[in-house]
Amino acid sequence: MSMNTQGRPTAPGEAGERFRPKTFTGNRGLDMEEPLIFEFGGLETSGVDLDEPDDLEFELGSHKRTASINLPGLAEPEAMRHFVRLSRNNYAIDSGLYPLGSCTMKHNPRLNEKMARLPGFGDIHPLQPVSTVPGALELIDELAHWLMVMTGTEAVAMSPKAGAHGELCGMMAIKAAHTAAGRSPEIVLVPESAHGTNPATAALLGYKVVAIAAKDDGTVALQALKETIAKHDGNIAGIMLTNPNTCGLFERDIMEIADLIHAAGGYFYCDGANFNAIVGKARPGDLGVDAMHINLHKTFSTPHGGGGPGSGPVVLSERLAPFAPLPFIRKTVDGLDLVETEAAVYDGERPFGRMTAFHGQMGMYVRALAYMQSHGSDGLRQASEDAVLNANYVRVGLQDLMTLPYGERPCMHEVLFDDSFLKNTGVTTLDFAKAMIDEGYHPMTMYFPLVVHGAMLIEPTESESRASLDLFIATMRDLVMSAQRGESERFSGAPYLAPRRRLDETGAARKPVLKWTMPEPAEVTPVAAE
Amino acid sequence: MRYLPLSETDRTDMLARVGVNSIDALFADIPDKARLNDLMDLPRRASEMQVERQLSALAAKNTTASSVPFFVGAGAYKHHVPATVGHLIQRSEFLTSYTPYQPEITQGTLQYLFEFQTQVAHLTGMDVANASMYDGSTGTGEAVLMAHRITKRKKAVLSGGLHPQYRDVVDGLSQMADDAVFSLPADPAGTEDILSQIDDETSCVVVQSPSFYGQLIDLKPIAEKAHEKGALLIAVFTEVVSLGLIEPPGTQGADIVVGEGQSIGNGLNFGGPYVGLFATKQKYIRQMPGRLCGETVDAEGKRGFVLTLSTREQHIRRDKATSNICTNSGLCCLAFTVHMALLGQSGLTKLARINHGNAVKLKKALVAVPGVEVLNDAYFNEFTIRLAKPAHAIVEALAEKGILGGVPVSRLEPGKPELESLLVVASTEVNTDEDRAAFASALKELLA
Repeated sequence: MSMNTQGRPTAPGEAGERFRPKTFTGNRGLDMEEPLIFEFGGLETSGVDLDEPDDLEFELGSHKRTASINLPGLAEPEAMRHFVRLSRNNYAIDSGLYPLGSCTMKHNPRLNEKMARLPGFGDIHPLQPVSTVPGALELIDELAHWLMVMTGTEAVAMSPKAGAHGELCGMMAIKAAHTAAGRSPEIVLVPESAHGTNPATAALLGYKVVAIAAKDDGTVALQALKETIAKHDGNIAGIMLTNPNTCGLFERDIMEIADLIHAAGGYFYCDGANFNAIVGKARPGDLGVDAMHINLHKTFSTPHGGGGPGSGPVVLSERLAPFAPLPFIRKTVDGLDLVETEAAVYDGERPFGRMTAFHGQMGMYVRALAYMQSHGSDGLRQASEDAVLNANYVRVGLQDLMTLPYGERPCMHEVLFDDSFLKNTGVTTLDFAKAMIDEGYHPMTMYFPLVVHGAMLIEPTESESRASLDLFIATMRDLVMSAQRGESERFSGAPYLAPRRRLDETGAARKPVLKWTMPEPAEVTPVAAE
Repeated sequence: MRYLPLSETDRTDMLARVGVNSIDALFADIPDKARLNDLMDLPRRASEMQVERQLSALAAKNTTASSVPFFVGAGAYKHHVPATVGHLIQRSEFLTSYTPYQPEITQGTLQYLFEFQTQVAHLTGMDVANASMYDGSTGTGEAVLMAHRITKRKKAVLSGGLHPQYRDVVDGLSQMADDAVFSLPADPAGTEDILSQIDDETSCVVVQSPSFYGQLIDLKPIAEKAHEKGALLIAVFTEVVSLGLIEPPGTQGADIVVGEGQSIGNGLNFGGPYVGLFATKQKYIRQMPGRLCGETVDAEGKRGFVLTLSTREQHIRRDKATSNICTNSGLCCLAFTVHMALLGQSGLTKLARINHGNAVKLKKALVAVPGVEVLNDAYFNEFTIRLAKPAHAIVEALAEKGILGGVPVSRLEPGKPELESLLVVASTEVNTDEDRAAFASALKELLA
């Protein structure tokens, strides 16, 4: 055995290679188990020093809390270690390729974080006098300008808090426009490949959802659309369509679709989740779109943060612009006005109401604008092109081994495979995805869109280098060949190497445990002395 | 471009590998007449330094809460957030992770969501809480829809103490869904008769305590009357720190508790992103909107957490879902969870006592000013005063003197003469005796 100068062995001993200790702590080196706050914190512990003055007086009436809170606290080092340990059980863009189709897991620049935390943005109150926040209004107006130029639209409702909230906003504007015209159509058309939020949003507003069929190539079937419109003549409120669609394809007939819907008296709502593929290449306004939400957390890279916060401004066509909700910013000769109430609206402005308290996700606006300004018109177009190029590079790297439901044609920013290549291997889409985890990858989006059997939707984004894509492709090829060779164990029990093996989701739903409760004291059985 | 790893050589080689001559061949499906051939009419790329310069210039035009005596509340509150919070939520593993759909590699997010749900349930005194809503106002809208689902009725009664913008959110949603809403007139002192408005068609009563005007409301009689009529009580709060000191809605009979969690862990951010807290009784969990995190075990029997009861949600149920919500407030929940873990019950109680104590001091300072009348007899860290002059003008004049002195009610409720002179003022742990003295003396000057 060779030793270094400190007398430590520099090569593992032979015996060490196969032995895997069952540790006392349950930890495995850097992979550490971490209890819940409530299992080790102290009811009297606090990690915040607060000086309570001794002259406190109370005017709480009869409302003083008598119920115990029963939440322990952690000293600062305990809290730091707790959350740092938790963080290490997470996969993240910063640690690896995250090819979740439709979710757009691109790099989150830290400049954007720094800008959002400038006190001039982070430490201002939504209801302090408007005269004390001119820079905030300018920022919102500037972001709105970028969004309108990029989409070729006339207005933008900034306040929606996330994509689905934006959808709701856009559809509320459409409903308001119909109502203002004295119409009350009942039907919203939604293709089967749509995100679940689309039909959920339409239903929330009382609309009846009618599905429209796709052609063999995954795009909307124009003929079927015509027939559906004819069948519901005069009763069509609009269509909700994702473009590029959830199969990763640009809807070739989109302008005809828009014309058909408009001729039927309806509006064209576009789900903008995939706008990142076409920024600088085409403008939704030119395609006939009346309303489209933009997920700032997808296209413009505000962090996903483990599921939020998002931000979903909605761009609106000229016809829908008057119905944009409160609040909005109005340009006047004297500068920018913040219109917050019905009492302040002018003739011609017909806001349908309010989506949320205050003015929307300012913190996300700052990040998105920093991203846009950094890229500029040239960088934004390049980002779309690189995203599309990367997806196609993955496609050609895998299409001989994996199966494309719509044939070998170019895709946009994401590539959709189905599970026919796994036929007769006994490996499911889920197994395959879980085996990717052992290889150090986050799985792609699975079983979505619903129109494809065993769907696998891969979106590499523009943030990946060629070397990163090459390794990903090689890994996927290895997995496919392994499945086809019948090495089912690699898949059926995967992941083997993650912080957790597969979790019992059925059990979790059958008997939901949604919060920590103090365990009953264990019953101690007296042991008879021998 | 610093964010794009591909070189020109990479691009050329990759296009060749893909089998096309130019990048535009991959965009061939875009109709010719809609294809953008020129660059968009926007500035070109900018360096980190340039962007920082541009945005800092905008930021510098705003008056920050920390830089002046600051008494603005009305739904968002200036609190001190420990430095640890800012550090932890910026860890890559939290910041740049997605919704935890692959639980084997997202236990970090899932465990803090479980901790968050536990914290919220304990604070509100409810059985269960979800993994957050966008904010308090949208959460209130969702709570009303949930009550409609449970009671199979469609009429909501809103207290006049509800934040006017929360009311507008509920109103808008209800109007669109053809549900009925009955809103009581503004109720600064908490004297409205809401009980007589609850009838056999009422699905829910929505009451905020502390109210928008700061008044603490006794929820018990309202809960009793609501339950007698088969309706639910939705209790709303905008200042979560109050729960450290006042009786939680859960022990007063609330069926759904919804509120704004911004005060713990989250900055003012000009109104967002914030974090909506949403809690209810065990029997209603399958009617809850939003994500839920639940405990389970993995294949080796180790404890782990997963998103659960997703059959309520849009990605499974589509048009039959309980809500269209997809995103929650992940990172803001984490900020809440970290700050709450640091506080613990002892810290939270203390923080709440200091807030209340400061508000009492503020009240004493302000009632001494001629032309000021306080409208609330029981309050937490904010209350409403009636001024001898229109509040809007006074607040503007205060701002010119470098004091941000509260929210004139008329800003949210314009055109109502009886509210013209009302000002909602808040005092948290960040205010000093000097701040309060400066406020009182400026007010004295302006009202003279």
